Amino acid sequence: MTAVVCGAGSGSVRPPRAALEARAWHVLGEVQDPEIPVLSVVDLGVIRHVRAGEAGELAVGLAPTYSGCPATAVIRTNVIEALRAAGFDPVTVVEVLSPPWTSDWLSAEGRRKLEHYGIAPPAEAVGSPRELWRPAPSVRCPRCASQHTSELSHFGSTPCKALYRCNDCLEPFEYFKCI
Amino acid sequence: MSSTLESAAPATVAARFDYLLQLADTSLILGQRLGELVGHAPAIEEDLGLANTALDLIGQARLLLAYAGEIEGRGRTEDHLAFLREQHEYRNPALVEQPNGDFGHTIVRQVLIDAYQLELHDQLQNSSDLRLAAIAAKALKETRYHLRYSGSWLIRLGDGTEESHARVQQSLDQLWPFTRELFDEQDAERALAEAGVVPALADVERHWSGRIDGLLREATLQRPASTPYHWFGRRGVHTEHLGYLLADMQFLQRTYPGATW
Repeated sequence: MTAVVCGAGSGSVRPPRAALEARAWHVLGEVQDPEIPVLSVVDLGVIRHVRAGEAGELAVGLAPTYSGCPATAVIRTNVIEALRAAGFDPVTVVEVLSPPWTSDWLSAEGRRKLEHYGIAPPAEAVGSPRELWRPAPSVRCPRCASQHTSELSHFGSTPCKALYRCNDCLEPFEYFKCI
Repeated sequence: MSSTLESAAPATVAARFDYLLQLADTSLILGQRLGELVGHAPAIEEDLGLANTALDLIGQARLLLAYAGEIEGRGRTEDHLAFLREQHEYRNPALVEQPNGDFGHTIVRQVLIDAYQLELHDQLQNSSDLRLAAIAAKALKETRYHLRYSGSWLIRLGDGTEESHARVQQSLDQLWPFTRELFDEQDAERALAEAGVVPALADVERHWSGRIDGLLREATLQRPASTPYHWFGRRGVHTEHLGYLLADMQFLQRTYPGATW
């Protein structure tokens, strides 16, 4: 946890809210996703808002990814710890259910990091809820960049991933599901 | 997130609490059944598929039970409601408490419920109860993914070998009668539907029936005829299987009340 400490709150003059919030976003940018440590919680798109108060307190809105994802509780703890270590106190985290988190919220930076890490990022935007049987998107192999890949398993090692194989380099790889 | 509940009449509170339990218990009990299969599915991919589906369902149940506890206003938490109720207080349809059979049997049960939850969640997104609408909108994305999985397996097994076809048809014939209570609308529920809180079940049934017919056609399976039916889990009248499931699921909280880790 590499919190950025720049002395806020040590004197009688407090930086304006916007500056505190910007610093909080910076700290959150260093908080890793517990399942995919190459992503920060900001990359993942789960931080919905950050609001600084008059007395140094901070409220963070957190959107859970999957309803049952065990990482959600860990993310919450890590967010609170990182912000406290950076001098914010008290820190409250509220769950934001609506609108629901979607893989479309993964940042462009996050998508690049995922692919570099060996996990194919979501290959398409999430469609309308009524569309049940849309054709499978073409997923690019994160190792050899071939588009010639096939799904091995609809579900993978974490709720957010499916398992694929590249038909050219023959390596299996994980794919971040579109949901 | 605000709900419109504070000013609601006691009868409405009771009806909403009951309805939330129906939704929550359907996910909770099915999640528990699928959880029993961890390490026992025919292949690791299916083990992951069923376990991940179970995880989503239990997550949905937690959101719903927490909300139900708040509405009831007697201080019961999601854990109280999940682990310390008696069998007759559960409101899940008897379909989801049916024991696991072979993989095809598990898939048939899953398709019937996934399609039901898909229609329910789709319509509940527009509920006048904003918190329920938010939970449904979130669950809908997951439910859609579940039905893609279970539906594609139903088609593969039904339109597969002679053996797989015969076995899923037999499971379908056995489980079909349990679908009847899914659309058994009670007075309290009808009142909630008229108030725009929940969808009208006749509407849900029409969509469900169309979707199921389409899947059965593609899977070359026969839709069974309607037969008399006695169990109404949504009113607390369960088959004998729920008690055994609860004995397993509630063991820890009953033996060590308040245990945390």
